[in-house]
Amino acid sequence: MTWSEMQPLLSQACSETFAMVLWSTLIAVAAGLPLGILLVLTDRGGLLQNVVANKVTGQIVNVGRSMPFIILMVALMSFTRWVTGTTIGTTAAIVPLAIGGIPFFARLVETAVREVDNGLVEAVQSMGGNTWTIVRKVLVPEALPSLIASTTTTIIALIGYSAMAGTVGGGGLGDLAVRYGYQRFETELMWITVAVLAVVISLIQFAGDFAARSLHRRGARSGPAPRLRLLKAGEPAAADVDKVA
Amino acid sequence: MITTSGLTKVYRSRGREVTALDGVDLHVREGEVYGVIGQSGAGKSSLIRCVNLLERPTSGTVTVAGQDLTALAGRGPRAGRELRQARSRIGMVFQHFNLLSSRTVQDNVELPLEILGKSGKERSRKALELLDLVGLADKAKAHPAQLSGGQKQRVGIARALAGDPKVLLSDEATSALDPETTRSILQLLRDLNRQLGLTVLLITHEMDVVKSICDSAALMEKGRIVESGTVSELLATPGSELAAALFPVGGEASGADRTVLDVTFHGEAATQPVISQLARTYNIDISILGAAIDTVAGLQVGRMRIELPGRYEDNVVPVGFLREQGLQIDVVGQEALLVKEGAK
Repeated sequence: MTWSEMQPLLSQACSETFAMVLWSTLIAVAAGLPLGILLVLTDRGGLLQNVVANKVTGQIVNVGRSMPFIILMVALMSFTRWVTGTTIGTTAAIVPLAIGGIPFFARLVETAVREVDNGLVEAVQSMGGNTWTIVRKVLVPEALPSLIASTTTTIIALIGYSAMAGTVGGGGLGDLAVRYGYQRFETELMWITVAVLAVVISLIQFAGDFAARSLHRRGARSGPAPRLRLLKAGEPAAADVDKVA
Repeated sequence: MITTSGLTKVYRSRGREVTALDGVDLHVREGEVYGVIGQSGAGKSSLIRCVNLLERPTSGTVTVAGQDLTALAGRGPRAGRELRQARSRIGMVFQHFNLLSSRTVQDNVELPLEILGKSGKERSRKALELLDLVGLADKAKAHPAQLSGGQKQRVGIARALAGDPKVLLSDEATSALDPETTRSILQLLRDLNRQLGLTVLLITHEMDVVKSICDSAALMEKGRIVESGTVSELLATPGSELAAALFPVGGEASGADRTVLDVTFHGEAATQPVISQLARTYNIDISILGAAIDTVAGLQVGRMRIELPGRYEDNVVPVGFLREQGLQIDVVGQEALLVKEGAK
């Protein structure tokens, strides 16, 4: 296979991965942020304490979080059809990716928001601020560096998940590596795909770390910036694309 | 200005009950600086947090500026609109400053004004004015992390004043600061109290804080107020623990057959040569074990620990003489002595 043959395949796969990851990240962040904050607020001693709601939400998040993505994708088929009208293709793959990303991001948000000093919450309460003010002016801005780091981690996890989107004809870089590299023994193309993935992931991680650090450094606070590593046990990592298939 | 009556706070956790406040009656007059002192665990932190209902009292009432806050609280942990409005008229400063690191100094001071719904122009005018008042006009654009502890607390004070409160609560505001900075922050609080007619309720574990700025003080032990009053009243109260702690004098009796007296001078009495009169009138030798003169709450006060030869029974007349001169006399170890006599 020559470069001129590979090039269109690669650029199409890249744009498919980009579309899947972009949309699913946007949805995961939009839904996971309020969900994560709610997990903190409803917890025992929280501002909106509601132990039952907290336990139920927590359990749903846990199940969603530990569900193998490939199974989630199959299980959500009828939901995907209801949303997008189809169960195959890039658009159809976005639905399970987003649904898988929401609990993932929500847990990271929960951890980040919990780290905000309770004294700050009290200070705003003492000024007469309500819960919404506290969320908007304290919890989110103060946790922002960690939230950015969490978003980076989520993007990278979703790139990993998207490798499995080939199962539903979603395309993307992972699918390319599996179909050509594994099934057609185009080892060269597979390695190029792996290299592209590695570069993309490194760039995202670098950009995320940079953003988190520059926000964190406002005022030269001591201590390292929050950093959530991309490879965690139990998470399908993008670099393992060939093994997944 | 601030009145609490029968304030009780019981914490329940895992079946265990801890009584942090046990029927506290506190009365803070308008325009005074009131210090609550006590060791950690005495309940003073719970007390101040109950005043603006950051902590819900188990029972009892809190009235601030004629408004019964406990009646506004409602049920459940969330603060209703009326309570939030009442809180916005009570400023609070914290031991660990609690400034938002994501905002500049000016934006931190503007935060309460944002909550009050003030316009951007008004907010920045007020914030700069307050920063000027606390002496940090040049730090408006800095972030809290670039400031020293004392500067952070000044920002905290400016922020607490943003809503034009009549009452300022200070929760160990100087406990995280070094002595020099503590003095300057206390001076600032005192100035604000004078200039703005601000009523200040502060809690502290440092006697020096009470000594340097408080008009009145209360001593807390195990969730109860054991002594309270204006500082001059306390100093004039024989056997007052607070007075002794505010103004300690040392010195031990040199033998068993000695009477040790603590003599407190204030006002007129301080100008009389009483000790030499005593020595001449009764022809006794007086040793001075310890003495100090200090300013407590703006009053010149002297205290001296003296020793007279002979036991207390032999010295009833000289002690009476001293009392006649308008001095306050505390006989050191007298209680122990009386108990011993009672046993005989």
